[in-house]
Amino acid sequence: MNPLLLSRLQFAFTMGYHILWPAFTIGLAWFIVFLGIAWLRTRNPAYRQLQRFWIRVFSLAFGMGVVTGVVISYQLGLNWSNYAQRTADVIGPLFVMEVLTAFFLEAGFVGIMLFGQGRVDDRLHFAACVIVATGTVISAFWIIAANSWMQTPTAFTTLPDGRFVATSFWGVVFSPSMPYRFAHMVTASFVTGSFVVAGVSAFWLWRGKEQDQTAARASFSLALWLAVVLVPLQMVIGDQHGLNTRQYQPSKLAAIEGRWETLGRAPLNLIAWPDQKAQKNAFAVEVPLLGSIILTHSLDGVIQGLKTVPESEQPPVLPVFFAFRIMVGCGMLMLVIAGTGLVLRRGGRLYHARWFQMMCMGGVPLGFIATLAGWTITEVGRQPYVVYGHLRTAQAVSPIAGGMVAGSLAVALVLYNLLLLGFFWYAGRMVLKGPGDPAPAAPVGRPAGAIGFGTMGKGM
Amino acid sequence: MPGFDFPTFFACAAGLVIALYVTLDGFDLGVGILFPFAPRTADRNVMIRSLAPMWDGNETWLVLGGMVLLAGFPTAFSILLPAFYIPLALMLFGLVLRGIAFEFRAQRGAFEIAWSVAFSGGSALAAFCQGAILGAFIDRRITVVDGRFAGGSFDWFGIFPVATGLGVVAGYAVLGAGWLIWRTGGSTQVFAREIARPALLATGGAIALVSIWTPLSLPQIAARWFTWPGLPLLAPLPIIAGVAWLVAWRGLWSARRQWLPFAASVVLFLASLIGIGISVWPAAIPGALTIWQGVSQPRTQIIVASALVVIVPVILSYVAFSYWVFRGKIEDQEAVY
Repeated sequence: MNPLLLSRLQFAFTMGYHILWPAFTIGLAWFIVFLGIAWLRTRNPAYRQLQRFWIRVFSLAFGMGVVTGVVISYQLGLNWSNYAQRTADVIGPLFVMEVLTAFFLEAGFVGIMLFGQGRVDDRLHFAACVIVATGTVISAFWIIAANSWMQTPTAFTTLPDGRFVATSFWGVVFSPSMPYRFAHMVTASFVTGSFVVAGVSAFWLWRGKEQDQTAARASFSLALWLAVVLVPLQMVIGDQHGLNTRQYQPSKLAAIEGRWETLGRAPLNLIAWPDQKAQKNAFAVEVPLLGSIILTHSLDGVIQGLKTVPESEQPPVLPVFFAFRIMVGCGMLMLVIAGTGLVLRRGGRLYHARWFQMMCMGGVPLGFIATLAGWTITEVGRQPYVVYGHLRTAQAVSPIAGGMVAGSLAVALVLYNLLLLGFFWYAGRMVLKGPGDPAPAAPVGRPAGAIGFGTMGKGM
Repeated sequence: MPGFDFPTFFACAAGLVIALYVTLDGFDLGVGILFPFAPRTADRNVMIRSLAPMWDGNETWLVLGGMVLLAGFPTAFSILLPAFYIPLALMLFGLVLRGIAFEFRAQRGAFEIAWSVAFSGGSALAAFCQGAILGAFIDRRITVVDGRFAGGSFDWFGIFPVATGLGVVAGYAVLGAGWLIWRTGGSTQVFAREIARPALLATGGAIALVSIWTPLSLPQIAARWFTWPGLPLLAPLPIIAGVAWLVAWRGLWSARRQWLPFAASVVLFLASLIGIGISVWPAAIPGALTIWQGVSQPRTQIIVASALVVIVPVILSYVAFSYWVFRGKIEDQEAVY
């Protein structure tokens, strides 16, 4: 058994699984912060109900993210020890910074966020929510910095033994693709979160249980406002990210486009079947000129073709090509849902159109699918390199037996899918109970007098 | 900073992080190990609730340990992880089960029993694997050729690593029992006091075994401990460990100092860890690599060392605050969140 291929499969699976949770929890954490502000300012109990409900869901999703994330941090050395050894001087400090400035911050305050409502006052609890939400973004910052350096490596030299050494810490952190990738990912998380909230709220409206209605309307409206702003914004960011990719990773862009020959006034392949063996598309439905317009923002812009580099340097075209179309397709559907919401709002039918409620429920997975597709584009599109242009994936793998990788992959497949079922089961039960469920959040142990900014010190 | 011995700094930093992880997640895992022996479901609810707000933070020290190893000793990192592939993978899966069981078990319902099994099984598996890795590390079971791991998948496995694995399971159980005596009352506390006895006996046996086996089988360790001037300088360590064990044993039923067994078991753990550190010093991988070989570049070392020195104290202070918020005895009540 080939440890390289198995390690790639294993990393693709564990990473793809892991990204689902941050993709949801970053956005959700800030939504909870927003609900906290709304509660503190208006004292409308619906916001309190919603905040408690979404904190319960957050605790499940955050837990999934934490446990699967710990696995990833060790996989770097387990399956990719040569990569770890050669890049440690560049990305090692980024990982240390991520743990110190993000993981501990989240872990240190998530307890107060989840269990502290009876033990600390409202404002301190709110502060804990803000800190956890900030931690999720800081974490994304460092890990995206590390990933972006692997995509567009800068600010380093190579030692005779092949190790990479950073010449500037911030140069590594802010590599050319980093700002775009970071903005794209954080916005993706907000979009994903808002479509989950919209879908769940739509379910409560559709079911029509009296006790849920106030809260359901509030969160439905909020989530759809967010979507109306964020989905178009995400498209602009994605476009800018694409321009950046064209400049720094032309073969990734060529794979996205299914473009084999270098071409000016290039058409856009709406759909095609790229045949990497034949180095051409088996068939293609093209729109003239649109390729150059979208990718270069000019009619005459030249798009570099895949054939510029030998086949051994090309990424696998098929998965990149289709993942891109899946991602954009999900984006379009989300734009339609957000736009429909806006139209219904003007007609005063936002809370009553049952077909729209169904549509929103169907929209829940879109953000997740788009995120997974997006990461497929960026990671598969970087192949055959792990550090683009400098270190091949084949040279990164650990000196280990394929059987061990296969065994751990098999365990991960079974275990992770069981956990996913568990998550759907428990999160589904929470959604069924609804935000109006009267059971209060139990504090851990005896509330030893509520602690707050004002009373801190008195109880000591 | 020319002249500053960064490898020694990183070795001490790694030691500190390991010590924090072993004591903090040690009591979490210990409570998990004791979980199936608790007499009533109500006790188990109290046990798991005593950990719920802090387990995540405690586990984070493990991630920091791995990343400090990567940034400080990349060659050792790239050898150790493939060498311990199987026990590390099993440990990680154990931790996944343990961690998610916190969230899922609290939801109650038909599958609660499954998550109880996952919680205790995951805890025990992770603890055993950590101990086995420690044993294989001390026992020089890693083959290194040209700075790369060159051994087989099962080289780590043997009688000594299995014994240390079981020893760590027992040791974590002592920490867990100490935690429960301190943080719970009623029948849960009585249970913890009762089960602490066999756990302490097993732990004492495991520590004695390591202390006798290692100098007998590894002459370097014998030379370190039993030659002048090592003997008088190092003698206090086993004495401290012995006293801590006795204090824990005698303090189990103390009504006034309910924190004492936990504190004593922490001291016992720290003394054992320092002892192991002294035995392997200055090896990054015993028999293969010293801490001055295969280190990262000075630039990297300065950045990471500064980050650790500045940020870890801040982390310790807010972690302490979080423990303070959740202070006091955990009461037997329904947990619905």
